[in-house]
Amino acid sequence: MFKKLALGSILALSLAPLSAQAAGGTGHVEDFAFSFEGPFGTYDRNQLQRGLQVFTEVCSACHGLKFVPIRTLADESGLGLPEDQVRAYAANFDVYDPELDDTRPGKPTDHFPANTGAGAPDLSLMAKARAGFHGPYGSGINQLVKGMGGPEYIASILTGYTGETKEEAGVTLYENTAFPGGWIGMAPPVSDGLVEYADGHSNDAHHIAQDVAAFLMWSAEPKMMERKQAGLLGVLFLGIFTVLLYLTNKKLWAPHKGKKHA
Amino acid sequence: MAGIPHDHYEPKSGIEKWVDSRLPVIGLLYDTLMIPTPRNLNWWWIWGIVLAFCLALQIVTGIVLAMHYTPHVSLAFASVEHIMRDVNGGYMLRYLHANGASLFFLAVYIHIFRGLFYGSYKAPREITWIVGIVIYLLMMATAFMGYVLPWGQMSFWGATVITGILGAVPFVGPDIQTWILGGPAVDNATLNRFFSLHYLLPFVIAGLVIVHIWAFHTTGNNNPTGVEVRRGSKAEANKDTLPFWPYFVIKDLFALALVLVIFFAVVGFMPNYLGHPDNYIEANPLATPAHIVPEWYFLPFYAILRAFTGEVWVVQAASFLTGGIIDAKFFGVLAMFGAILAMALVPWLDTSSVRSGRYRPMFRWWFYLLVIDFFALMWLGSMPAEEPYASFSLIASAYWFAYFLVILPILGVIEKPEPTPATIEEDFAAHYGKSDATPAE
Repeated sequence: MFKKLALGSILALSLAPLSAQAAGGTGHVEDFAFSFEGPFGTYDRNQLQRGLQVFTEVCSACHGLKFVPIRTLADESGLGLPEDQVRAYAANFDVYDPELDDTRPGKPTDHFPANTGAGAPDLSLMAKARAGFHGPYGSGINQLVKGMGGPEYIASILTGYTGETKEEAGVTLYENTAFPGGWIGMAPPVSDGLVEYADGHSNDAHHIAQDVAAFLMWSAEPKMMERKQAGLLGVLFLGIFTVLLYLTNKKLWAPHKGKKHA
Repeated sequence: MAGIPHDHYEPKSGIEKWVDSRLPVIGLLYDTLMIPTPRNLNWWWIWGIVLAFCLALQIVTGIVLAMHYTPHVSLAFASVEHIMRDVNGGYMLRYLHANGASLFFLAVYIHIFRGLFYGSYKAPREITWIVGIVIYLLMMATAFMGYVLPWGQMSFWGATVITGILGAVPFVGPDIQTWILGGPAVDNATLNRFFSLHYLLPFVIAGLVIVHIWAFHTTGNNNPTGVEVRRGSKAEANKDTLPFWPYFVIKDLFALALVLVIFFAVVGFMPNYLGHPDNYIEANPLATPAHIVPEWYFLPFYAILRAFTGEVWVVQAASFLTGGIIDAKFFGVLAMFGAILAMALVPWLDTSSVRSGRYRPMFRWWFYLLVIDFFALMWLGSMPAEEPYASFSLIASAYWFAYFLVILPILGVIEKPEPTPATIEEDFAAHYGKSDATPAE
């Protein structure tokens, strides 16, 4: 009976991502290993802090992060920066205050600045706005195992440059194996040794890309750890509840049922 | 309330008599909860409870979400992020609500196909069936408008495409479209009215759910045999039934808990699996996404909408006969609504005297084919509108109509049904016979 019950839901679940599959002509996305994958995966605090450094020193030149409040850098489930550091980080920004009609140094309650320099998209939600995995045959079913692939997509873009360029309508395009269509407007942003990590972590382009992709996953889903914990609690509680109800139901019906024949 | 003889509520204490003589609400609740229910109901009968739970879940989470949401084109997207980042537990509220819609539709589809297999739509339950179809239509309208509210790219472009099909109606279409949108295109006026209606319709659905339950409490439940409960005497009826409380309440709650384990795993561990990544990009009227795909629960009927292109001879014939009034676009709209209308009229299209598919040897296979057809349409609805998907969509859509309009009417005449059990008691005993009364195996 459970089989029948489960069958419908499994069928529907496996077919459902059909709507989630994205455009054709997708590039090759490498399946980077991240610490936050799977039901029990957690953010690696050191990696997120390195990612923030990469974002600050490199990405923020063109990209904004306008939906992310700076104070959330102190969140225990994320970067967990001490308050004084958060305050100092916020003060780096000049924020326009409509009450003063002037700019002032940023405060933790401000958001990261919006930035669309050179038409660059905001990165707050980028890790959720791209699906890296679509297979097999565009069904998206492999997302059940690998996840949506947003951070993998970001890291693959950053490391996917071939070095080829071309001019199109006065714009330089760079060949990129991960980008849909193969040619991207963003110049290669990371290279080996571009950022010097204070914790001495390896700083080749591959690691830099992965660190900033992890940070952008956090910026897109800052409550991921809380969510997984709530989910686990829900599954455990409901699991116990299900067993109790199963036993109750069995006992309740026993006087009306004999041995099962068919 | 029910036609099945059973014990009714008798007020005993003084206060009960006082209330009952003024408002018989205790008796109403008692009779509703203690309704005699066929004891042989199988596990396909649990989805009604799941649906009731979904409606409650959506209303409760939705009301709280509405406290933090701002229906304005320049603020809506940011207010959803505010819910995700600043509101206490807001991320769970939103993911429960978004995935709750998927559970709602999963349950309603199983519920509908259960009705189609066991002939739950047949006399005397036609009104239950029709009310159910109306609830399903309202669910689609509610879900569609709810999906617009986050004001992401898919929200905006999905709304543009779907309201665009209204424009296909001859003569008055463009005017209706403008009236619905509140302007020439999807904009702030559209977002505002969709928010208002998205809040209203669930309560209309709740009202219709009461009517739905009222109707089948009047006729009694169908059951896997399709054989009616004996109503000659209370003793006879008692052999076929058990009271809803506690037997079916506990059974349904057990099944609901099991379903919710899976639901919470999805919400907790992969809440965006059923969504579209493009909806995390704020709506931009100037940038059209490469593929505009509706949510999974709309895909089967979206496939039917797209299947009838100008190259199909039926469409060309319709266009010729109506002097071009019915063009390919309008034909698609008619087909989509027609597919649901055909399903709504199934009580009168199915000519068989036997209710349950369990005793219909030919019907069974056509029904299984319909289930496969439904999944095929779901897959095709997500594929780009090109060959070979277009031809497959046409075949799959044709089968959907053929099942209701041709196969069901003919089957009732040519099919020789297998013998049905004389009573529900006999069927129940055959499955779970008591040890002292073992039936032949």
